[in-house]
This record gives sequence, structure tokens and C-alpha cells, in this order.
Amino acid sequence: MSDELIRLSAAALGAKLASGEVSSVEATRAHLDRIAAVDGAVHAFLHVEGERAIETAAEIDRQRAAGAPLGPLAGVPIAIKDVLVTKGMPSTSGSRILEGWIPPYDATPVTKVREAGMIPLGKTNMDEFAMGSSTEHSAYGPTHNPWDLDRIPGGSGGGSAASVAAFEAPLALGSDTGGSIRQPAHVTGTVGVKPTYGAVSRYGSIALASSLDQIGPVTRNVLDAALLHDVIAGHDPLDSTSIPEKWPSMADAVRRADVSGLRIGVIKELDGEGFQAGVRQRFHESLELLEKQGAEIVEVSAPHFEYAIAAYYLILPAEASSNLAKFDSVRFGLRVTPEGGGTVEQVMSATREAGFGPEVKRRIILGTYALSAGYYDAYYGSAQKVRTLVQRDFDAAFANVDVLASPTAPTTAFKFGEKMADPVSMYLNDIATIPANLAGVPGISLPSGLAPEDGLPVGIQFLAPAREDARLYNVGAALEQLLEARWGGPLLAQAPDLSSHELTATEEGAL
Amino acid sequence: MARAELMDFDKALELFEPVIGLEVHVELNTTTKMFSSAPNPANSQFHVADPNTLITPVCLGLPGSLPVVNGEAVKYSISLGLALGCEIAPSSRFARKNYFYPDLAKNYQISQYDEPIAFDGQVEVELENGRVFTVPIERAHMEEDAGKLTHVGGSTGRIQGAEYSLVDYNRAGVPLVEIVTRPIFGGEADTPALAKAYVATIRDIVLSLGISEARMERGNLRCDANVSLRPRGQEKLGTRTETKNVNSMRSVERAVRYEIQRQAAILAGGGTIIQETRHWHEDTGATSAGRPKSDADDYRYFPEPDLLPVVPSKELVDELRAALPEPPAVRRRRLKSEWGFTDLEFQDVANSGLLIELEATVKAGATPAAARKWWTGEIARLANAAAVDASGLVSPEHVAELAQLVDSGTLTDRLARQVLEGVIAGEGSPQQVVDARGLAVVSDDGALIAAIDEALASQPDVLAKIRDGKVQAAGAVIGAVMKAMQGKADAARVRELVLERAAQTA
Amino acid sequence: MSEITAEQVAHLANLARIALTDEEIEHLTTELGQIMHAVEQVSEVATPDVPPTSHPIPMQNVFRDDVVGTTVLTADEALAGAPESDDSRFKVSAILGEEQ
Ligand SMILES: [Mg+2]
Ligand SMILES: [Zn+2]
Repeated sequence: MSDELIRLSAAALGAKLASGEVSSVEATRAHLDRIAAVDGAVHAFLHVEGERAIETAAEIDRQRAAGAPLGPLAGVPIAIKDVLVTKGMPSTSGSRILEGWIPPYDATPVTKVREAGMIPLGKTNMDEFAMGSSTEHSAYGPTHNPWDLDRIPGGSGGGSAASVAAFEAPLALGSDTGGSIRQPAHVTGTVGVKPTYGAVSRYGSIALASSLDQIGPVTRNVLDAALLHDVIAGHDPLDSTSIPEKWPSMADAVRRADVSGLRIGVIKELDGEGFQAGVRQRFHESLELLEKQGAEIVEVSAPHFEYAIAAYYLILPAEASSNLAKFDSVRFGLRVTPEGGGTVEQVMSATREAGFGPEVKRRIILGTYALSAGYYDAYYGSAQKVRTLVQRDFDAAFANVDVLASPTAPTTAFKFGEKMADPVSMYLNDIATIPANLAGVPGISLPSGLAPEDGLPVGIQFLAPAREDARLYNVGAALEQLLEARWGGPLLAQAPDLSSHELTATEEGAL
Repeated sequence: MARAELMDFDKALELFEPVIGLEVHVELNTTTKMFSSAPNPANSQFHVADPNTLITPVCLGLPGSLPVVNGEAVKYSISLGLALGCEIAPSSRFARKNYFYPDLAKNYQISQYDEPIAFDGQVEVELENGRVFTVPIERAHMEEDAGKLTHVGGSTGRIQGAEYSLVDYNRAGVPLVEIVTRPIFGGEADTPALAKAYVATIRDIVLSLGISEARMERGNLRCDANVSLRPRGQEKLGTRTETKNVNSMRSVERAVRYEIQRQAAILAGGGTIIQETRHWHEDTGATSAGRPKSDADDYRYFPEPDLLPVVPSKELVDELRAALPEPPAVRRRRLKSEWGFTDLEFQDVANSGLLIELEATVKAGATPAAARKWWTGEIARLANAAAVDASGLVSPEHVAELAQLVDSGTLTDRLARQVLEGVIAGEGSPQQVVDARGLAVVSDDGALIAAIDEALASQPDVLAKIRDGKVQAAGAVIGAVMKAMQGKADAARVRELVLERAAQTA
Repeated sequence: MSEITAEQVAHLANLARIALTDEEIEHLTTELGQIMHAVEQVSEVATPDVPPTSHPIPMQNVFRDDVVGTTVLTADEALAGAPESDDSRFKVSAILGEEQ
């Protein structure tokens, strides 16, 4: 029974909860048991709520028994990326500098999830301050890819993706600054959506790069993503960049799942050199399936995408260097006092030296440089201009097509340590996902199959114009149906059974 | 600290031309802060608060918190810009100014950099000697205040030698408008007075707009003074110093004067001025060297990504322009004619910086003459003795009430001065003080006549003199009566009655 | 663009208040050089006629009403996360520099 419960989609579990077939306490307990069984090996969680989650679940069960009107996800457990602050639950953003910090307030998406009656299970692992593509930069050790525990689960939201892929949670919240929701989805065989910039409030999301960050759903199927999207999206007066207009239902778009007449543009620049053969193969097979259903596939060009990574690695560190200045040992978090005391300046510097990992320091120094007097125009200023050019590429493309498509990332999951020594090659991982963040447009990644050469999951990415998130759910749901018909079920059904794998990976100290 | 060598002021003016630039920070009195919905301590209703109680996650820079602009603060800023004769930017932006300091929660200040809300203005400033200057305004921009540090340990409560410091973030995020002048030339010997008059004018403006409490002693209005000297006949500006946080109008004048004298002594001695911040010390009346300008001042400004451009509509700007109060210079001319003061009388009021108080006092029912008498007389004297601003001592309403009590004969001037002391001591309104202290004039003629008869009876020679027509002799009787009444009698009435009784008791 | 020197990195570390070790500075000098080399290409296309974009979704005049909100914290909540406090204020060690 318990194993059955954890394998249900969020939508299906929600339906069973609504019908009274199972209680939220049972469902929550099943997921906590699963976490206890496999998270030693996966290490998706930095914090697990335990009994408090059970109490919350019991409260929802009581409300349901009392006939309270509840939404489709009420009583469904959820994992929360540790980038979001949670009242009464530790929030570290994967950093030593925030170890043990308990925020006095909830992030708006967390508030919305709670209001929807969902049960927070805990906080998921991530690259420190969301800087990374592998979760190897977490101060608390990496998360392991449930498909192969020696491989990375993607990043920065490797914890959220792995928790979902390992059936520890039906769905999760993630954050995507340059691909941190979509790229982990790609390497774990899950679904991830980066909504339009401003669709989901950033209030309470520990900022990496304010003009790029966006919170979104991490799930095992497209409908679950849509249901969660509908819960968390909407105007928030606490976030100035939050879009005030009402949104259509994403779940309705999933139920439409109709691609006839849909024009899909294949981005020429993201379909060639540098992309693994199996990644491209599954990508093109997916396009063929859609074409058979009446979609029209056209090639489009985005000539400035080749500058996107460069612009991104100027804008992000610049904004991050300023956003991360608040970690100074005065009001919250770590304080390290140099031996024999020191001035407040020395305490701040010692704290930041001890509290930040190498990647964070690298980007802070880089961003400080890009903003400093005499370099601003050449670096930050130029990068902001590239941003305009990338937006123009999108505008031109969307003048001709309804959605754009590309592989989500160039390769399948790589092994731990493979790219740690070379930051530039690590940065190239985000080549397909970054343009959406620069332009603010929404993107989805869903599984397109396993790469024949290594048997690891690969994803396909769709991008839509800003505010047209519903198009992603429509096309994503259509493709998912076609692929699952071919596979005979969800791709994740083919993932290794972790319960037999047991806890050996961490016990042996793989990393 | 060793007091710097100073050159005689007149001598300094002979050798050098002083050029100043003034930066005034105005704390707006909106209900909430600039970027957070926390109560604003610069609004009088929240002025008294325990440390760290006027706080939201935004004020503390808690991870995840985000700023949202207070629309009212934007309107106040536009009004101020218009009152300073500025252009209002069709589009302006916020920027982050990055530097680490423990009172700055996020370690960046949200300010405006290359796109301030208001720019290119001018303000007419009238000096005590009647000279009128036009001070050019470069810009006025919106920003947020920092928290408050208290230095503990060491002897002075100053930063040097302190063992540790305590931070209260209540002030963090208070809305500020920073008004920056262009270099001001031609002040010559009036330069220190000009600096003071400029700050007084800014105070007049923000008070008339009602956008700030403008109490310098509370830091609602703070002035940084840039001073440089150039040798007579030299085109190029000299190196300037920036004296920070000069927090009374009197000190602004003194600090500028001091810097002129100090710099002149250095330059005349063949030395050079270091570009640095300097600190004003109220107690010693001197400035001391602070931090030299260095590349640590690389503030790495960039557009604030959490906030969006401010694009005021023409309608809004027109509406705010139409609602502007009259400019201080116009107002002065109007008040002078309304009150019927002579040039000298009006100057007296204007110089004391009490026009607003006077106007409010007249509005509350006092005659202009009485209002002037009280404010520039007894109140100014008491304020001076206590080294505080007269405006903070007593409310215009109370002064008007006091004047009316004198007019109606309830109080003599002498009694009124006692009542004023009671009001200042916090004993209540003038009427309450009169009641509590029993200070009202004895207007009961019966009681007065009894006292007069007693005095006349005990001084028969005086009575004889009065009867002989030597009216001055009545003074002795009046004195005795006033003494008997403990001063609570109207001397004029007593005199009338004395003469009456002297005639009757023939 | 000019090469990044170790002195520059040390200066940046000081601006960013990170007490980097000499070894880290050395490391970062090399890495920053490589990264900056990789990102310098932005200037190729960032011509004067291209306006900068700072917000991906253009909006303007987003204002809040001047009303005390519901997110106000108690002093206890404000101070709960402080490494050190005197129960009403945050405590920091002595300050070297002066007020800004
Ligand atoms: Mg600070
Ligand atoms: Zn300022």
C-alpha cells in the first residue's frame, strides 16, 4: 500500500484524498517512510519535517472531514527547495553561512502551498545559493541521481528533482535562474517548469540574481506541474516585479493537449555541435511524434544565443555579489570571529571567508569586478545589451512560431567531480536554458527518453512567449501522452528500484 | 584632539575665495518606510519606539525579502523637487549603492544614481543681512536611511575606543530625499551665513509642504557641507572637504566658517588640502579628519533589479505642482505686509527662523505683534539659554493662548513669563498652568481697594503728596499693593484705583 | 581587456569583505582570467545603438499604499536569528571605520 501511494502522481493522490480512499496522514507517512528508506543514498533533503508534517496532514484530514472546501492538491505532500524561506523550518540555501537559521516568515510560494492544504515534507538540497549545475556545490554534500547514484542530479535544484524522481515526494518547488529547474528535470527524467518572470512571487526566495530568478514546479508529470503552477502563480504585492494580471488555468491547458496546427520552432543554434548524440536523437524523435499529431516543425535562428552564456555570467555574478552582501554575521547566520577578536570588518570578512564555498566566492569576486568603476560599461552594461538582443531573437522567432523547442541540456548526467575543476565547462551546461531567463520567457522540460548510449534520461525543452505559459502545458501534455504510449508508462517506471539499492552508497562514503 | 591652526576669517577671505556645496538629507514623514510597510519613525506618531520594533523582514535585509516603493514617498519627493524649482524626470530609476557597514542591513543602500527623480533647480535664499542669493540645485533623489549605531565602552560614546556597538534598525529604510546643490560661488564673507540660510530655507520648504517633521535635533534634516578654497584669481577649484552630519543650523554656519579658516591656514602655509570627510564636533566647535577618499569608495552602482522605473504622469506632476504652497520668498513678502511689520521687525522674525511658528501663532488667534514679541523675546531667550531650537520649545497654539490671556487681562506680562516656564516644563496648557499655579491676575476691585486703603493708611505722607498733585508719588503705593498681591495684579488698574481712592479719602 | 592581477583580486576581495587566503587569491586570479576571457565577447555585439535591458518583463510605477502592513515583526522575531544581541539590539564588535 505504502509503495503504491508514493508512486501515485500528485493529481491521482489528490483524487484519492478527495474521495476519502486514503488520508493525508497515510500519504504523508508513506513519503516520510520512503525518505527514511532511500534518502541516505539519494540525499535529496537537508531537512525533513517528520512529525510536524504528520500534524499538518492530520489537520487537513480534519478539515476534509468537516466538509471544508479543499483544492485538488490538498493533503498532498510537497518538498521545498531550500532557497525558499520557511517559517519555523531551517532555510540555508545550501550554504554553511545560513546553517541553523530559522526564518521568521514564509516565502509567498510557501504560503500559497500551505493555503492550498499541501503538506511540506522538508527542504531540499541545492548548490550553495543556487550557484551550480550539479548540486556538488552544496555545503552539505551532493545529492545523488536516483538513476545512477554516482552521477549528478543536475543543479542547482538537484535535491528537488531527485526527491521527486526517487518517489520521496510527489512534487516539489524549485527555482530557476539559468536552468536550475529544467536542467535537473532533464537529467532525472522529471518535469520542471520555469514560469514567465514575475508569474510566481520571488518574495521569500533567497535571491541569487534578482532579474533572472523564478520559482516553479518540479514534478513527475505535466499535469502535476500545471496543478502546482496554478497554486503558486499570481500577483503578490510584496514583489514589485510580480505580474499583476490574472492567469488562465494551466491544468486546463494540460487537459486540452492539442498540437494540431501548432507551429514549433527548432532553434538551430541549440541543435548541433556540443550536444550528445542520444540527446539529439530523442529530441528529434519527439518532434516527429508531434509532427504526426499535426504540429508544424520549422527551423528558426537565434543568432545572439551564442552570447547568452557570456552575458549571463556577467549579470548573475554582478547581481549575486550585491544580493549576497547581506550575509555579514550581524543579523542572522554564521559569525566567525578571528582569533583574538577583531573589528566588525574583520569579523565580516572572516565569516564570509569561512561561510561561503569556493563557487560562491568565485562568483562574488567576479560580480564585484564586473560592477567596479571603469569596468561597468564593458561588462555589466554590455551584458544588459546582449539581453536586449536575446529578447529580440525571441521576438523575431515568436513572430513565426507558437513555441520553440530544443534539448534541455547538452548531455546526460555526468559523474561527480567530472566538471568541478573547470568552471567554464560547467557553465556551458546551461547553454539551452539560460536564454529564457535572460528574456523572462517561460520554459518547460519534460522527459523525451533515455539516451541509447548510456541509458540515462534526457529532456526536451519548450519555450513560449512571456505570459504564454499555458502553451507549454498544452504541448508538454500532448508530447507526454505520445511518449508514454510508446514507453508503456512513465519513463520513471524504468528507473532503478532504490529500495533494493539500500543505503550502501552513502554508507560506503561515495562522496 | 589637537585643534587645527586657524586663519583669521577676514584675512582668509582676502586671500581665498570660498566655494561650498551642500547636501541636505530630508527624512520624509510618511506613515511607512520607503520600501517596506514598517511604521516610519520619522513620522511623529512613531517617533517613540523600542529598538527593533519598527521592523519588517525588508528593514533587516532578511534573506528573501524584497523592497516595494511607497507611492506616497514618491509624491512627496516630486512635490519637493517642484518646490526646489527642479525638472521632474519623465522616468527615473533606483540603483544600489554597495558598501559594507553594520547599520546598512543589506550592505547596499537603495538610492538613485544616474536617473534622479528631480534635477536642475534653484532656490532663493535670503540672508540675515537682507542679501538674496539664488542657490543652484543639481538634483534631488530618493533613497533610504540606515539604522542607528550606539557605541558602547570607551569614554566618549564615540566610535573610537568603543568595545562594541549595538544596532537598532528602526531607522533603516526611513524615506529620504537627498538634495544636492551645485557649487555655490560668490558667497564671499557671507558664505557661512549663506549655508545656514540655505538649510533654513530647505526647512521652511519641507515644513510648508508638510512632508517632513524637519527637526534637526532628531536628524529629520541633516546637512553635509563641502567646502573648498581657491586663491584669488585662480580659475580651478580647490580640493574640497566634506563635513558630515552637521545637525543644527547654527552648526552649519560654524562648521563652514571653521573649514574656511582651517583650510586657509593650511594653504597659506604652503600645505595641501586632503580630499576627505570631516566630522563636526558640537562641543569643541571644530572639525576633525575622517576617512580620506579612496578606491574603497567604489560603490558599484547598478540599477536596482528588484524595483521598476518611476514614470510620473504629466497629470500627477501638474496636480502636485498646482498644490504647491507659495515659495518661502513670496510668503515672506506676503506675511510682512499682512502683519504690518517694519523691515526691521520682519527681519528680526525671519532671522530667528521662526516664521512658521509665528504664522501658526497668529492663525491660532494671537495678534502679529504679540506673536512676534513672545517668539523673538522670551521664548528665544529661553531657547538660547537651553541651547535648543525655539521651535521645539513650545507650540504655537500655546503661545497664542498665552497672548490671549495677557490681552484679556488674566495675566500680566510678568505672570505670563511664569506661565510660559510652566508650559515648557510640561505642566500643561497656559490655562492649566494658570489654574494649577494660581497665577491669574486679581481682577476683583474689592480686594485691590482693600489693599490700597491699607497701603494709603500706612503711608499718610504719600497720600498728602498725591493730593498735592504729585502723582508720581503713587508709585510707592502701587509697589506696596503689587507686593501684597504677590504680583498677581494689573499695575495699570492698581494705579487707577490708587488715584481714585486718594481723591475719595479726602 | 587587461589581464587580471592578484593585487586586483585582493582589492576585490576587500571590497566584497571576504578574507581570502593567498592561495585562494592565486587560484582566483587564474580562474577569473579564464572566465573573463570567455565572457568578454559580449562587447562584440553590445554596440551603442542597442539599449540595455535590466528587467525582462518591462513594467513601471509599481507602488505600495502608505499603510502599515502585516509583515511587521516583533523585536523577538527580529532578533531571534542574531549571532549576538543585548536583547533589544544587534551586537557587533568594535568598528574600525567611521560612519558613512
Ligand atoms: Mg551592513
Ligand atoms: Zn544620501
